[in-house]
Amino acid sequence: MKTYTNTGNKDTRSGFGAGLTELGKTNGNVVALCADLTGSLKMDEFKANHPERFFQVGIAEANMIGIAAGMTIGGKIPFTGTFANFSTGRVYDQIRQSVAYSDKNVKICASHAGVTLGEDGATHQILEDIGLMKMLPGMTVINTCDYNQTKAATLAIAKHHGPVYLRFGRPKVPNFTPENGEFKIGKAVKLTEGSDVTIVATGHLVWEALEAAKALHEKGISAEVINIHTIKPLDDQAILDSVSKTGCIVTAEEHNYLGGLGESVARVLAQHHPAPQEFVATNDTFGESGTPAQLMEKYGLNSDAILKAVNTVLKRK
Amino acid sequence: MPNIQQLEDLTTQVRRDILRMVHKVNSGHPGGSLGCAEFFVTLYQDIMETNEGFDMDGKGEDLFFLSNGHISPVYYSVLARSGYFPVDELNTFRLIDSRLQGHPTTHEGLPGVRIASGSLGQGMSVAIGAAEAKKLNNDNHIVYSLHGDGELQEGQNWEAIMYAAARKVDNLISIIDLNGQQIDGSTDNVLPMGSIKNKFEAFGWTVIEIEEGNNVEAIIKGMAEAKTLTGKGKPVCVLLKTVMGNGVDFMMHTHAWHGKAPNDEQLEIGLAQNAETLGDY
Repeated sequence: MKTYTNTGNKDTRSGFGAGLTELGKTNGNVVALCADLTGSLKMDEFKANHPERFFQVGIAEANMIGIAAGMTIGGKIPFTGTFANFSTGRVYDQIRQSVAYSDKNVKICASHAGVTLGEDGATHQILEDIGLMKMLPGMTVINTCDYNQTKAATLAIAKHHGPVYLRFGRPKVPNFTPENGEFKIGKAVKLTEGSDVTIVATGHLVWEALEAAKALHEKGISAEVINIHTIKPLDDQAILDSVSKTGCIVTAEEHNYLGGLGESVARVLAQHHPAPQEFVATNDTFGESGTPAQLMEKYGLNSDAILKAVNTVLKRK
Repeated sequence: MPNIQQLEDLTTQVRRDILRMVHKVNSGHPGGSLGCAEFFVTLYQDIMETNEGFDMDGKGEDLFFLSNGHISPVYYSVLARSGYFPVDELNTFRLIDSRLQGHPTTHEGLPGVRIASGSLGQGMSVAIGAAEAKKLNNDNHIVYSLHGDGELQEGQNWEAIMYAAARKVDNLISIIDLNGQQIDGSTDNVLPMGSIKNKFEAFGWTVIEIEEGNNVEAIIKGMAEAKTLTGKGKPVCVLLKTVMGNGVDFMMHTHAWHGKAPNDEQLEIGLAQNAETLGDY
């Protein structure tokens, strides 16, 4: 089984910051807007390098989204930065009308998604944002798994014309994808070849899926792990190719099972290749305060939870 | 540039367009549209510097954003009669497969429209963004936006009003259609807003008032003054006092025609009060 090495824990938001810094140097049309969370979003370096292209809007996310939409008129490529909760639920109608319906080239960059935001608790831990964003016509939805992939995605979305929701997180997590790897929007990445079960994971759950695959390998179960960084447009073919081989699937995400990656995968299977599926996701609940590891454990979002789901789905084959 | 008589003739024709558009589909918003007819005609025919044709980025020209998108009939009529698309297309207002949606949108590619509006309170933020982009592009043109007075009850406006002053967005002129009416009644009855002038000034804007917002000459004079106030470190607000339903006697001074179309008889009365000056579509 192909194995992956953690080159050192790093936060995905720093990958975004590094990508933005690079874009600042290479693309003069890139502008950045922030709603009083510059440090949290790792936008300080872009701000220092290009103060004329950095727009601090204060604690006013609705205004930020509208200004970003307006800046595209004149050829700018705005990247907005705030927490995932304030990037989506708080400003849904602004995104819907001024960005998505108006087809504006705005990149909504959202940190601190999911329960791994930790101690701040449920007011800040959005678990519904993927669903909210993927329902908007024309919106591309990306959830990256580590530092390197987040940096690569940040660079890639600047070249893609159209609205994008880029979701990443707060904690330091294993960094294992290639440095300066190519990021193809909408193209799933097969991490391990397997024949017994498919595990498709997104965001922080991708590393957990690899850990689960290792444990399964030791028990003689061959798991195919697929990193779905783009939830919309979904790489239907990669999912169907894998499930045609394995006959069952586990989806894993730091999000409510309602509206998330799992539901998108279930739609593909139901239409083209019905097969048993288990969901590793939060179960229609809010989060709470705690450390990221405690919360991942309590809400069933780690490699142990994936192993349990694999055991269940194998019995349903 | 057209003279005052030509602008007034066009306004009369625009009123006919508005009445006929909403009558045909028995829906739409004639009241606010009629109240702003003089303003739109003057804006597009006299005030704004625009390039030939339509380019979404609008570099090297003035831009306009309509925030209170429900007054689409006046917007569409004036865009068509300013050459952005064929006047005949006004026939398709609110019909299936039309570019003239109930509320304006870029989605169907209608020339002249740069943002969707309808859900209220979003247009000033967009206008600020476009104004900031102009500054980045060293484009010395002005961004105009229009808002209803009732629309100011939406909180996002006040985020935008605070930002524009703080960041010295002085290439922006935001016009408030001060007709004192909204769907449920007069603004004073629905939710009294106090002095809008004082509020804008307290936020750091320069405010001018156009007392006769349905008088073409007064609008030209007031907007010319507004232009001279740009580039001085402050955003400019124009309080345009209009009469909802202006030019059709039974629609004036009431909120009743905010979102209601005239019937056949009412249409005839309204058209009789506004002569066909430039030819109906």
